[in-house]
Amino acid sequence: MSAPRAFAPILMILALGAALPFVTSSNIILNGMVTTLIVALAGYGWNLLGGYGGQFSFGHAAFFGTGAYACALLQQRCGVNAWVAFASAITIGGGVGFIIGYLSFRSGLRGSYFALVTLAFAEVFRIVVNASSFFNGAAGVLLELDARPGNFQFASRAAYYEVALGLVGVALLSTRALERSRLGAYLVAVRENENAAKALGVDTLKTKLQAISLSAAFTAAAGAFYVQYFLFINPELGFGASISIEALLAPIIGGLGTAFGPLVGAVALHELGELTQWLLGSLPGADMALFGVFLVLIIAFARGGILGLLSRLGRGVHGMAGEVMP
Amino acid sequence: MLAPDILLAAVLNGLMTGAVYALVAVGLTLVYGVLHIINFAHGAILSAAMFAAYFASLAGVDPYIALIGLAPLFFAAGYAAQRLIISPASHGDDQNVLLVTLGLSIVIENVLLTAFHSDTRSIDVPYGFASVDLGFAFLPLPRVVAFAVACVVSAALWIGLHHTDTGKAIRAVAKERYGATLVGIDVAHVYAVTFGIGAACLAIAACLLLPSYYVNPRVGEAYVLVAFTVVVFGGMGSVPGALIGGLMIGVIESLTGLFFGESLGQLGIFVLFIVMLLLRPTGLFGARA
Repeated sequence: MSAPRAFAPILMILALGAALPFVTSSNIILNGMVTTLIVALAGYGWNLLGGYGGQFSFGHAAFFGTGAYACALLQQRCGVNAWVAFASAITIGGGVGFIIGYLSFRSGLRGSYFALVTLAFAEVFRIVVNASSFFNGAAGVLLELDARPGNFQFASRAAYYEVALGLVGVALLSTRALERSRLGAYLVAVRENENAAKALGVDTLKTKLQAISLSAAFTAAAGAFYVQYFLFINPELGFGASISIEALLAPIIGGLGTAFGPLVGAVALHELGELTQWLLGSLPGADMALFGVFLVLIIAFARGGILGLLSRLGRGVHGMAGEVMP
Repeated sequence: MLAPDILLAAVLNGLMTGAVYALVAVGLTLVYGVLHIINFAHGAILSAAMFAAYFASLAGVDPYIALIGLAPLFFAAGYAAQRLIISPASHGDDQNVLLVTLGLSIVIENVLLTAFHSDTRSIDVPYGFASVDLGFAFLPLPRVVAFAVACVVSAALWIGLHHTDTGKAIRAVAKERYGATLVGIDVAHVYAVTFGIGAACLAIAACLLLPSYYVNPRVGEAYVLVAFTVVVFGGMGSVPGALIGGLMIGVIESLTGLFFGESLGQLGIFVLFIVMLLLRPTGLFGARA
């Protein structure tokens, strides 16, 4: 695919998205979109490792929470500027990803073992943060309200929305760039047949380490943005199972291993959640139960997710659902 | 320094808890050994079983008696879940199974949450606070019963696996799936039976836990993470490994709790879990991986 054909659809969709606040100024819609974009961003992180690399993590909350806590604590304890804290949180998240990846991939953990160990890491992080006074325990960390752009806090929802969209845009473009890079090709080779990739001279450990570091960095960015938006984080919100699940649901429902998958999936999840709420009222857990059903149905009948379905129906936009997993 | 009898009491208490861990883990390890998949819905099924036992007890049936009805009921449910949902939905791909069982666990857990909210409930039984006096330590009666029943069930499972036709078929499929097909074993049936046994073990564990524990939609989650640890510790797929692993984990938890405080008791387990996974994923007893 030539560069214009690869990147033009992305830029067009981002431009369309950026115009949303000029169409509506409803805080409810914008708020819904911001939370959707946070899930999408976490999903982009998951998709790099799980979608392209075939390594299914069940504990991406470890990175989300790390990003959120790093961003909040650097500001609160060390007085670091919010933007610097945000960038540092992403780096720290990537570092944690590298360490977890190094430990598990070096020991040759794959498949369900890898899923288990990531789940355990997220749980260890949650318990440690919950029990330690350094992280403020179960009470969580509250950021001081000081709405200045220089402080990564905005008075209007629209500004938050544009920043979130920008972050998702970076994730989308990076994913597309990855698809076109050597690393992307190596990753897909690892996903399809790790032993064969190794035999052909791919340094599989290095490939997987690069993937998990990038993956963790994007998910950490989602966590750091979350804390800037809500100005609050606690162990359950940061490291709980629900964010790990949402991070993997978005790409799987949208289209595993595709550039648009996490965004489409996050929007679908959001709409599905709204629909359940509209139909059933605010029953706790009803939306998640439906997501679970959706996950099983997608795996049973449409492995390529929503994008895969669209392209199978022949209505797929070119370059959008071009390389859906079989 | 702690007095030896406190230490001994902690070890005994750990063994009592460990027996229930072992029972939860046996189901998990059996499914792994035969189907080569990790059943991520294990915890949610345990929560569901605890709710079933809870409502049975509200209806006036003692949990220890409800066990007799719930075990076959959950066996049937597990059998059906594998036969009708997990197997057809995953098209024989291991990564799909992982996601399907995760999906099932999300559904079960959240349906429970929708139906019963996140309130924590417990039942009141006359023997709830009774204890057994050993002279140097008191052991809560419900946990002693749990220990005894867990041991009996494990022994029965062991005998069943080695001396019945179904048990032999299960072990044959675990060892060599295609070979088993060739000698005429119905593999899909064996898979579903194994899954059913796993669910039945959970129903029994739920009935044993209820008199001394609480129930809420996420109660199973804590147990299942421990069960994963036990399974990895004892070797994926090894039944004796799960038993010994369960007992050891119970003791480790009890001792970590004694030395470092209650909230860190579980932390010891997870750290051990990660270290085990990284250093010796085949487990202490080196089961076939």
